[in-house]
Amino acid sequence: MAVEKERRDFLGMALGGFTAIGGIAALGAAKKTWDPLPSVKAAGFTVIDLTQMEENQVTIEKWRGKPIFVLKKSADMKANERDIVVDGTRYHVSIGLCTHLGCIPAYYPGEHKFICACHGGQFDASGEVLKAPPAKPLVIPPFKIDGTKLVLGEEGPEYKELKSKNLIA
Amino acid sequence: MAHFEKATSIHDWLNQRLAIDTIKRVMATEYWIPKNINFLWAMGMVLAVTFGLLLISGIFLLMYYKPDVKLAFDSVNYTIMSEVGYGWLWRHIHGVAASVIFLIIYIHMFTAIYYGSYKQGREMIWLSGMLLFVTFSGEAFSGYMLPWGQMSYWAGMVITNLFSAGSLELNGVVEWIRGDYVPGDAFLTRFFMLHVLLMPLAILGLIGLHFGALRIPHVNNQDGEEIDFEAESQRYLAGDTKNAKVIRFQWDFLSKDIFVLGVFLIFFFYLVFYHFTFAMDPVNFDPADGLKTPPHIYPEWYFLWSYEILRPFPKDPGLIAFGFAQVAFFLLPFLDRSPNVAPANRRGLFAIWFWVMLIDMIVLTVMGKLPPEGIFNTIGAIAAWTFIGLWIALPIITILEKKK
Repeated sequence: MAVEKERRDFLGMALGGFTAIGGIAALGAAKKTWDPLPSVKAAGFTVIDLTQMEENQVTIEKWRGKPIFVLKKSADMKANERDIVVDGTRYHVSIGLCTHLGCIPAYYPGEHKFICACHGGQFDASGEVLKAPPAKPLVIPPFKIDGTKLVLGEEGPEYKELKSKNLIA
Repeated sequence: MAHFEKATSIHDWLNQRLAIDTIKRVMATEYWIPKNINFLWAMGMVLAVTFGLLLISGIFLLMYYKPDVKLAFDSVNYTIMSEVGYGWLWRHIHGVAASVIFLIIYIHMFTAIYYGSYKQGREMIWLSGMLLFVTFSGEAFSGYMLPWGQMSYWAGMVITNLFSAGSLELNGVVEWIRGDYVPGDAFLTRFFMLHVLLMPLAILGLIGLHFGALRIPHVNNQDGEEIDFEAESQRYLAGDTKNAKVIRFQWDFLSKDIFVLGVFLIFFFYLVFYHFTFAMDPVNFDPADGLKTPPHIYPEWYFLWSYEILRPFPKDPGLIAFGFAQVAFFLLPFLDRSPNVAPANRRGLFAIWFWVMLIDMIVLTVMGKLPPEGIFNTIGAIAAWTFIGLWIALPIITILEKKK
C-alpha cells in the first residue's frame, strides 16, 4: 500500500499548496482593499496666503484633513532654525496634531506655548517639546514658498533643506 | 438510511430527527452545577442576557443608521432619536447595556480571580473569557465611532494612532487602518462593518468556546473543592438530592440564576429610563470636527484604568506599559504559581494582592477621568507603577504560598 500512501500524500500536499497560494493572494487583496483610495491620496494641495496672518496668533488651515498651524512670530519671540522665513518674517508652520497621539494642542499666546489637553504634552512657539509625553516636535508639512504664499503638499528647496538637516520633526 | 417510525406527536417527530431529548439532557437537565455557590455565579447568565439585549436593540438601530460621515450624526441624533417610533428606547438600551456589560464583566472577572477559577484545568475558561473581554472592547470601541460625534472622531484618532507603535512611526499602518490620513468615510464604514458583523461573529464563536471550556473542569465552587461530578450526579439521580453536592442546571440552578437576573434587570431598566445620560457623553452630541479637539478627552469609564496606565509615562514607555496592561490578565493562570484553588482570603499574601489590585484599578479609573494636572499626575503615576509591580510580585508571593 506504499504507493497508495504516497499518492495520498501528494494529493494532500498539492491541495495544501494551492490552498496556501490562494489564501495568500486573498490576504493581499484584503490588504489592498483597506488601503487609502486613489481619490483620497490625490486630495490636492493647500495654498496659504501668509500676508493675512497676525503676529503671535495661530491660524488653523486644513491640509489632507489635518489641521495646519501657522504662527507669525513677533520680533520678541525666540528664533528657531525650524522657522520658515518669508519676506523677512519668521513663521512657525506645522501639522497641528500632538506627536504623542494626535490631539490638537491649543495655543496660549501669553505663554507662547502649545498645550495638549489629552495627555498634558507642551510645545513652545517653534513646536519644540517642553513637556512629555510627546517625544518629538510638531511636524513640519512638505511646503513650497511661492512669493508670499505657501503651497502645502509640494517639496520646495527650503523644505528639502530642513529635511536634510533632520529638522522637520 | 436510519429507520423512522410514524411519529406519535410533534415532540416525537422532532425527537426522531434531532434527538432533542438527548440534547436537552446533555446541555441542561443533566449538566451539573455545584450547590456551594453564591449570587456571583449568576453573572455569566446576566452577561448572556445583556448581550442579547445589545443584539436585539442593535438590530433595530441598524434599520435607520447610515454609515456615512455626512449622514451618520443626523441618522442617530435626529432620525432615530426623534422620528423613529421608540427609536430612543433602542438607543438608550444599546448605550446603557454597552456600559453596564463591562461592569458585569469586571465583576465576573474579579469573582474568578478571588475564587481561583482560572487554574488547575480551568485555564481555557479564563483565556477564552479574556478573548471575550478583548472582542467586547473592540465591539465597544467600533460602536463608539458610529454616531460620528466629537468623541467618536477624537477617540478614533487617538486609538488608531496607537498602532504607529511610538517611535517606530508606522504611519503607513495607521493610514491603512483608517483608509485615509485622518479618520474619514472609509474609516467609519469599515468600523461599521466590524461593529455589526465581524466582531459579533467572533463574540458568538468565543461564547461557544467559553461554555465548551466549562464542561470538562466544571464550574468552581465557594471553597475551591474538587468535586467528583460523576459520583455526585449519580447520587442526585438515585434520589439522594439532599446529600448530593450538585444540582441540575435546568431548573435548579437556572431558577436561582433567573432570580439574580430579575434583580439585575430592575436595576438595568431603571438606568435605561431614568439615568441613561451616564452612558451618553454630552461632547459626542457635537458633530465630528477634525479641526477642533475637545478640551478634555477621556474614554468611557471601562477603559479608564488602562488609559491611565498610558498617560503618566513618556511616549514609548507609556505605550509599552499600556500594551502590558492589555495582556497582563491573560497571564494570570501562568503567573500564579500556587496549586491551591481557594478563595483569596484563605491564601495568605494573595488576599492582599487581590484587594490591592482591585483598589488600584479603581484608583486608576478615577484618575483617568480627572484632568492630567498636579497631584492627579502623581497619584496616577503611583497607581500605574503599583499595577506593574503587582504583576511582578504575583509569581513570588504565590511560590511562597504553602500548599494546603
